[in-house]
Amino acid sequence: MIKKQEGFRIYEYILFAGITFLVFILCVSVGSVSVPLKDIFTIIWNSVWGIPIPETIASPSIILSVRLPRVICAALTGASLSLCGGAMQGLLRNPLADGSTLGVSSGAALGAAIAIAFGITMPSLPFAGTMVMAIVFAFVSLIVILTLAYKMDFSLSTNTIILIGVIYSMFVSSILALIITFAPDKVKHITFWTMGSLSGSNFDNALVLLFALVIFGGGIVLHARELNAFAIGEENALHIGVNVKRVKLLIMIFVSGLIGVCVSIGGSIGFIGLVTPHIVRMITGPNHKRLLPASLFGGATFLMLADLVARVLLNPLELPIGVVTSFVGAILFVYIFYTSRRKTHA
Amino acid sequence: MLEVKNLKVRYGNLTIVDDVSFSINEGQWLMIVGPNGAGKSTIIRAVSQGAPYTGEVFLYDKKIEEYKPYERARIIGVLAQSNYVNYPFTVREVIRLGRYAYAPGIFSRQSEEDERYISEAIEMTGLGSLLNKSVLTLSGGELQRVFLAQLFAQNPRILLLDEPTNHLDLLYQKQVFALIQDWLKTPGRAVVSVVHDLSLARAYGRQALLLDKGKIKALGDIDEVLNPKNLDMVYSMDVYAWMRSKLEQWR
Repeated sequence: MIKKQEGFRIYEYILFAGITFLVFILCVSVGSVSVPLKDIFTIIWNSVWGIPIPETIASPSIILSVRLPRVICAALTGASLSLCGGAMQGLLRNPLADGSTLGVSSGAALGAAIAIAFGITMPSLPFAGTMVMAIVFAFVSLIVILTLAYKMDFSLSTNTIILIGVIYSMFVSSILALIITFAPDKVKHITFWTMGSLSGSNFDNALVLLFALVIFGGGIVLHARELNAFAIGEENALHIGVNVKRVKLLIMIFVSGLIGVCVSIGGSIGFIGLVTPHIVRMITGPNHKRLLPASLFGGATFLMLADLVARVLLNPLELPIGVVTSFVGAILFVYIFYTSRRKTHA
Repeated sequence: MLEVKNLKVRYGNLTIVDDVSFSINEGQWLMIVGPNGAGKSTIIRAVSQGAPYTGEVFLYDKKIEEYKPYERARIIGVLAQSNYVNYPFTVREVIRLGRYAYAPGIFSRQSEEDERYISEAIEMTGLGSLLNKSVLTLSGGELQRVFLAQLFAQNPRILLLDEPTNHLDLLYQKQVFALIQDWLKTPGRAVVSVVHDLSLARAYGRQALLLDKGKIKALGDIDEVLNPKNLDMVYSMDVYAWMRSKLEQWR
């Protein structure tokens, strides 16, 4: 019998990475000031090696200090959120699960806002306070939502989880709005937290995102087999010998960690974690060994493009990035909900 | 092999399983029978660690909680009443997961032995032509065979079956039970199954446990347990007369 490889093949990695890279270059060159491709390469190449950039190139500082970090942050955030969405959809065997539909992102936003409003910081790492609070709140939110869902409906049906997620999001958003009302000068405007924005991103943000993605995202990818078992059924996972409680807890920690970091940097960007794994699943199938790596690239590509649209559509006005992702995501959400309900009622 | 002592399962203040004790040895096929709501499936769920319980469960004289989940899965395999899958996994992917217990680590890879057990399981269940099909496209009977193949690939020594053919056609019922009967021929194996069809229980079982409202009414050889007195009491009707009258229709 031919051994069939289950994971992502090398050429698939190259293909996905290639597309992601092309979109990356496109997003760096297009914007309020468009820079030719040749110049982009020269700017990046020369600054990496410390060679002075030729005078003929118009605006290297826009590329280097504004657009490049922003596009990198968009790619990393998109990859992270999509990975989280894929992991949660597997863990809860629910194709509509995602940080934004479950209310985890809102929870993280609340945590971050509280940290900023009340000046909660970590000694020596000033911005870490916000991030840790966002992670903790994301984790607590996940626990609260799942506990409520279990109490109401032991089978954790799609409808119950989504309903509780929506209610929880509204509840948390109201507290968030209250905090912002009392500390308007410190906390960023509410649209940042509900719609997200990557406009102020810098290279430090990118580094933190990369670090989080390697640690937490790595943890998720290494549990692809367990996620497969969960996606087939939690009871079945228990029967074949998966340490169900431990894996569930680990995945929830990884997901909260990633969402917390993403939200504290870019606000809560909705629906990307829902949309990407869903589209990717149509190409790779539901096996997480393929789905998760493909979601990383797919999410990066999707969010870079969404950010591009947010930047250039109404130039010089800028849209919050969540406007773009939620617009696409909400339509797709209805479609998934509709088709999956039709399937169960058939 | 398996010993259950004073098993008690409660949901809130409702006692589902009340003080049930039994044991099973190599080569035995124990049928758990009884009316609806007697707690049959709950026993399986508790023993497979899927429901909280009090009392003790021993596997080879060692408490079941002392086994790691993957160690337990190498000894006990479970076939649930029905499996409903949400995503289009292929038949092969589902069967392959049966080998999880033999490579539970994050970096472990599939071995030659895994491949052999998977091929064997596929052959036994006759799923060769369906391997690359999505499980969403299968009929209930085919899906149940896929999970049976997963169970065979897992290669446990004790099978716990919870009404494995509940929703299946007669043909599939016969196929599944015949497969399990074959599986049991290898020494060192045993089966515990919940069955509500008394004729099926009698056709394949050797031992039986008759359950009523969570309590054991009778336990022992199946012919002794399923005697008229016991059955009439538990089912509140003349079971023998009913079974015979049903059989008459086919003469």
